[in-house]
Amino acid sequence: MRVRAQIGKVLNLDKCIGCHTCSVTCKNVWTTREGVEYAWFNNVETKPGTGYPTDWENQKRWNGGWVRSASGKLHPKQGSKWRILANIFANPAMPEIDDYYEPFDFDYDHLKSAPDMTAFPTARPRSKITGERMEKIEKGPNWEEILGGEFSKRSQDYNFDQVQKDIYGEYENTFMMYLPRLCEHCLNPTCSASCPSGAIYKREEDGIVLIDQEKCRGWRMCVSGCPYKKVYYNWDTGKSEKCTFCYPRIESGQPTVCSETCVGRIRYLGVILYDADKIEAAASAERETDLYGAQLDVFLDPNDPEVIAAARRDGVPEDWIEAAKVSPVWKMAMDWKVAFPLHPEYRTLPMVWYIPPLSPIQNAAQAGQIAMSDQMPDVRSLRIPVKYLANMLTAGDEEPIVHALERMSAMRLYMRALSVDGVRDEAIAARVGMSGRVIEDMYKIMAIADYEDRFAIPTAHREQNEHGADIRGGCGFTDGNGCSTGEAGKTTLFGGKKKKFALPQETF
Amino acid sequence: MFGDFDINFIIFGVMPYVALTIFLVGSIVRYERDPFTWKSSSSQLLRRKQLIWGSILFHVGILTVFFGHLVGLFTPIWVLDAIGIPYALKQWMAVLIGGPAGIAALIGSTMLIHRRLVDPRIRVTSTFPDILIMVLIWLQLAIGLLTITQTLQHMDGSEMVRFMTWSQSVVSWNINAWVTVVDVHWLYKLHIFLGLIITALFPFTRLVHIWSGFAAPFRYLLTRPGYQIVRSRRHRPLEERRRAYDKVQAKRGPTATTPAE
Repeated sequence: MRVRAQIGKVLNLDKCIGCHTCSVTCKNVWTTREGVEYAWFNNVETKPGTGYPTDWENQKRWNGGWVRSASGKLHPKQGSKWRILANIFANPAMPEIDDYYEPFDFDYDHLKSAPDMTAFPTARPRSKITGERMEKIEKGPNWEEILGGEFSKRSQDYNFDQVQKDIYGEYENTFMMYLPRLCEHCLNPTCSASCPSGAIYKREEDGIVLIDQEKCRGWRMCVSGCPYKKVYYNWDTGKSEKCTFCYPRIESGQPTVCSETCVGRIRYLGVILYDADKIEAAASAERETDLYGAQLDVFLDPNDPEVIAAARRDGVPEDWIEAAKVSPVWKMAMDWKVAFPLHPEYRTLPMVWYIPPLSPIQNAAQAGQIAMSDQMPDVRSLRIPVKYLANMLTAGDEEPIVHALERMSAMRLYMRALSVDGVRDEAIAARVGMSGRVIEDMYKIMAIADYEDRFAIPTAHREQNEHGADIRGGCGFTDGNGCSTGEAGKTTLFGGKKKKFALPQETF
Repeated sequence: MFGDFDINFIIFGVMPYVALTIFLVGSIVRYERDPFTWKSSSSQLLRRKQLIWGSILFHVGILTVFFGHLVGLFTPIWVLDAIGIPYALKQWMAVLIGGPAGIAALIGSTMLIHRRLVDPRIRVTSTFPDILIMVLIWLQLAIGLLTITQTLQHMDGSEMVRFMTWSQSVVSWNINAWVTVVDVHWLYKLHIFLGLIITALFPFTRLVHIWSGFAAPFRYLLTRPGYQIVRSRRHRPLEERRRAYDKVQAKRGPTATTPAE
């Protein structure tokens, strides 16, 4: 057993209202720079839809993630090390910027600078790459917002696999849900495995996956390796970038920007202890439907004295072990089994998990006839097909999804009885294998979702591995060049762009 | 004092050392001082068209040519004699392998230059050194291929041996190296001159990615047994930490227990 800790994350899709606050605050903090205008470390997709970049879930097309060979060994789907090196001159599996969208801005200035004209001036779009006029915008980071576009296009959604999808194109039968996406900070990331330079690494202390900007050479294998398409190539700096899990905030015990600003309070952060020795076997599970269960086996129970002893021995700090005990992520993934990994079939063992959404019963007209057992609707007759959710979250295995949805509807039923009738109906809880006390805890964390209940983030222990004397006089956070500004007199010596460091000025 | 001054001495006697010094010192300085600027500057994201074919043709061609030059010029002549490879045969090999590879690289680089100058996305994101170095390499390939016309006129290998002697004399600090190439055809001289210019420009352009390209297979295949990289901030290896921890536990164990009240 080799105990490591990771800050895991859960998103409760049942409560996502699709407001995009997470995406916007993330963008404002991380990707407003030239070269990454098109990149959204966090984006929210409307499902069903093909997403951003288009059709990202279809690995037959993009070759992301891992495959298991006949001998049971894993290698990246885009090829083992030799194949990756052979593709270094031109990467056949890499998306073009048009697969995301060409970044643009509008000619706002024209609105006030236009001469006297017969027609009202308009602000037309311009490309943020070339500066040229764009006649038509054909794609954006959220092009299918609230079921935008024809069903024939949206229904190419990979999660419709084995679903009779035609009826969902009909107005009466349509359904939708939101899927906020960010880097999964996987236990078995394909991006880092694909990097010939060794620039991408996972941090032992908190599991955050980062790209070393000084070591990245722009071979772009990570972009195609990541099945979630969450590594972005910065065309200005020539380096790849990705979600940093807001590590400077996490290190100081604060939630990530997307989690902090989430209006619907759907995001949870907490410590998960895991056994690093089990990762390879879990990711190599023979059947794809076994991967979800295999990943649960990698996680370690923070209340188990043996685990605690092993964690201490392996250097997990005491407050991290305590945080693991109260981790909302552990509760939702392990205790209640309501959270699931996104596309476990990619074999990356993702660490950002999702609670599937409940939805209205399928056909209001038939509401009276719908299978109800003791006032509880049959979750298989909900508007969002269980198979669709299963394709997204459990590699097509419907049982765990049904189980989770039943627990969530039981929670509603139980709480309705408690708050309307003042009755603690243990029978409801027992039907889904829980007790009233657990359901009330679940309600407190999932429905009320107070700040303290959503985030249990221990601070990093810099005092254990940094020496103050070494840092003194250092350069702190810089733009990848250490203390060098890249400048040499009037021009730059090595082609780095001259960027003035400017403090915000006060204007009066 | 300057009566017998010869420009050939400057170009073939002094310039190689200047160029190689700039190349080496410049690379080290850039790697150490500005690692963030060290990159391949790929433009594949912005436009895939013409890149796949252009880049593969160019890179495979130019790598073949590069290693051809490296092995061809720096294999000591006594090694050739020892193995028993006739000079004429070696020259034929150079023409037959280097020729097609050079043509592939020229076609590839023509595609890449065209793409870089014509495609608006690539044009606007190109820097001056990006375009300069592409044009220089294109010229170098063209001149290199043109020298074949001269080479074919003397297939006995004698001219080739002179270049081998020159390059080996340069790297073995022989100050009279330049004399061996004084009276070769001007196309060869231009080819060498341009090669030295490109060498000197190397650290200031995207060409630095060649270092990384050569290092990548070693790093990826040899120094990384598995696929994953985990960085730790621990000061000592896990096993060492575990042993130290166990030792402390064993010692403290009994003393830590509270005596019965």
